Amino acid sequence: MEMETRLLKKEALAGLIEKINAAGRKIYAPVRVGDRDEFRPVDSASRIDLGCIQTTQSAKEVLFPRVERILSFSRRDGAMETADPDLSILPEVVLFGLHPCDAAAIGSLRAIFTWDTQDAFFTARLERLAVIGLSCAEADEYCFCTSVGLGPGATDGSDILLTRLASGDFLAEILTEKGRELAALSPGLFLSPPAGADKSSALAVVEASFTREQVRDRAKAGFDEDALWDGQALRCLGCGACAYVCPTCACFDIQDEGTTNRGVRLRCWDSCGFAAFTLHTSGHNPREEQGPRWRQRIMHKFSYMPERQNVFGCVGCGRCSRACPVDMNIKEHLIALLEARS
Amino acid sequence: MSDANVYKPSIMRIEKITEEAPGVRTFRLVFNDPEEGRTFDFKAGQFAEYSVFGEGECTFCIASSPTRKGYIECTFRQAGRVTSALFDLEAGDTIGFRGPYGNIFPMDEWKGKNLLFIAGGIALPPMRCLIWNCLDLRDRFGDVTILYGARTVADLVYKHELREWAGRSDVKVVTTVDPGGETPDWKGEIGFVPAVLERMAPSSVNTIAIVCGPPIMIKFTFLALAKAGFLPEAIFTTLENRMKCGIGKCGRCNVGPVFVCKDGPVFTFAQIKDLPPEY
Amino acid sequence: MEELRKRAGNLLESGQVRVVIGYGEGTGKRVRAVFIQDAGQADCLIFDERCRQNLALYLTRHEVKKLGKPAIVASLPALRAILQLAGECQIAENDIVVLGIGEDGSMLDLPDFAAIEKHVASTVREPDPAEKAQFDLVLAMSLEERWKYWQEQLSRCFKCYACRQACPMCYCSRCTVECNQPQWIPVPSHDLGNLEWHVMRAMHLAGRCVDCGDCSRACPLDIPLYLLNRFLIMDIESRFNQRAGTTAALDYALSTFHPDDKDDFIR
Repeated sequence: MEMETRLLKKEALAGLIEKINAAGRKIYAPVRVGDRDEFRPVDSASRIDLGCIQTTQSAKEVLFPRVERILSFSRRDGAMETADPDLSILPEVVLFGLHPCDAAAIGSLRAIFTWDTQDAFFTARLERLAVIGLSCAEADEYCFCTSVGLGPGATDGSDILLTRLASGDFLAEILTEKGRELAALSPGLFLSPPAGADKSSALAVVEASFTREQVRDRAKAGFDEDALWDGQALRCLGCGACAYVCPTCACFDIQDEGTTNRGVRLRCWDSCGFAAFTLHTSGHNPREEQGPRWRQRIMHKFSYMPERQNVFGCVGCGRCSRACPVDMNIKEHLIALLEARS
Repeated sequence: MSDANVYKPSIMRIEKITEEAPGVRTFRLVFNDPEEGRTFDFKAGQFAEYSVFGEGECTFCIASSPTRKGYIECTFRQAGRVTSALFDLEAGDTIGFRGPYGNIFPMDEWKGKNLLFIAGGIALPPMRCLIWNCLDLRDRFGDVTILYGARTVADLVYKHELREWAGRSDVKVVTTVDPGGETPDWKGEIGFVPAVLERMAPSSVNTIAIVCGPPIMIKFTFLALAKAGFLPEAIFTTLENRMKCGIGKCGRCNVGPVFVCKDGPVFTFAQIKDLPPEY
Repeated sequence: MEELRKRAGNLLESGQVRVVIGYGEGTGKRVRAVFIQDAGQADCLIFDERCRQNLALYLTRHEVKKLGKPAIVASLPALRAILQLAGECQIAENDIVVLGIGEDGSMLDLPDFAAIEKHVASTVREPDPAEKAQFDLVLAMSLEERWKYWQEQLSRCFKCYACRQACPMCYCSRCTVECNQPQWIPVPSHDLGNLEWHVMRAMHLAGRCVDCGDCSRACPLDIPLYLLNRFLIMDIESRFNQRAGTTAALDYALSTFHPDDKDDFIR
């Protein structure tokens, strides 16, 4: 459909949030929590932190919860029965204030969960999700969206993309059918844009350090350079912080809880950084040290996913680097990778 | 949602349990739902996820041939949580089954060729499916040779079937145990599988080799086959890695860019040569 | 810092050590652990009030151990961790060279564990006032209020195990959570799984924790884990008059017995 550009006055934001709320959608937006920002349910615009550069955790939980029941089982009259969770009760969700990096990340998640077989737990949530993205007026030293094919005003993954102008009003690009439906909840709030309203001047400047294709090619060529990967991973603790705050990481574990007569099967987050991730029952571990595990992280995001699923697994949001307890700065590591002699 | 839940197992009943070797059992399984049993199909090479509800799932190949209808079989060694729970089950108990997953042995490409099966220890199960499949379609193939070895006589699995295969005039069977693993009345070979293979001096002409076994055995068997003139494209094997979902989503079974659950478990040596040793 | 760099350079040059574990500049104003293997790079080493990560955790990490004998830049918490690791037979005196840093930032001469013990015995570091205030606040809560407080804090945890990985005393090659026969601690990060994980870890650290606070600093979600550990430190000190990280001899309160131990916990 044709993209429409409209103007949303700053004082109209409150009304928009109210209307969306009244329509029964659950709204998540960045909210200040102590020293940080996190996505939280909001029912009023006043709670939203529009100045948030980045939340600590991604918003991927609305599509891929930390813990999710994928099956129930119980023995009845000696016979084992299984039951599916009822996905029809999932709420309609609007993610408000998602920056372009996070909005693009949805595409990476979709590639994983709909590759070959459709994961209904994901697709049911995706169907019920609408995204009102917010362009970035500011970036910090951890951001590198422009190095991975995106940018502070990129529209990938947003249904409506808002860009805050100097006046405080928002340019609203209505990009998809879902976006049109959302805007139609309160049509009076979406005005004609002023002549000469310029999106690009309202965006942060993020210098690109490389391209993702360069990383892809260099990583693949450098797979066997053990010293390089080992050296980069020396201070890495092998925790899961980077994977868990990342908007595209979706590796998971499956765990049964209960008894053999009655219980649930759960899917929960996992991380390739953990030593036990690839551990065989025999005790054999294909990735015994942190170097190969760090390499797996980079290869999966920059080489395997593009090769197999036509999508990159990194959107340059920088969360992994901000959250890492030992300052594993992925942008820095990738630059070092590209600069290292092979 | 029912059909759309890709993680939901079917319910199967254990019809028969066979003790193959210390710590190794074969289950014969039938679907509780007869309709599922009628429509279920798979091809040699494929695997499944077997559940003990409340304990978890584990991954084994399907060890019976797709030519034999009405049941499937799996063979496993008691090793961890789920296999220990499986070991406690009796005939009549139910388990979960998700599958078939993975790729297949390209048997259609092997018409008219000689087949050389080489297996070690507990790795005979994936081959057993393939061997029976080929024997059930015997006239499609040339010579069939089976070389199978284990550490000791007691560790040889499918003893009954080995005897049956050896008794056939259209199959050559060579069994071996590691030096020191023989019993006084052992009449087979003594030696590690790769060494016995060299002694057999197999011909590589118009022959496909299929190898399954522990990594060390595979490594030396490949060397012996290469010496005998086998091209990497003509040597097949199966890879194993830790698995959870079995359908390429949980992200843990990859060997480089390749997922063992989707692009495997069947690989040629030509494909493996290009893969990092992440298995 | 100059003296630190000089000493580090000399140790590497002379071949006395193969790697110096220390601090270097990180992203922005952060610092990060660095592993200097070349005397020429010793100038990367820094030390200032930002340098708080307990580097002793790297002494038991396989990837670092295989580099060879290390020197380690260690201020009070790391020095205590070194003693505790020694007491638990994880490191021997000749395995490491200690580049000790005093509370005033000056270099210390700590040629052996006895010297470290002496320094630790005569050095006091006051807790951060904000942390002390939070500790007193929680301590003053009623049991119901405390339960509610921890349910709220721990429900945020997503089981990344940064706390465990950052802790110098969590060096088990196979953690209790990785045991699945039986699965003592549930894997998923639901409320029960989180509570059991953190309570179990606190208990496994009771009498061993050197109060460095790295677990809390490592937590990406700012969960105040130090409160749990500090409570147990307080409890063990009052019951058994024992503190972790004071001696290189094994002195673990929960596995040593004295006739005059209090037994008022049995009622």
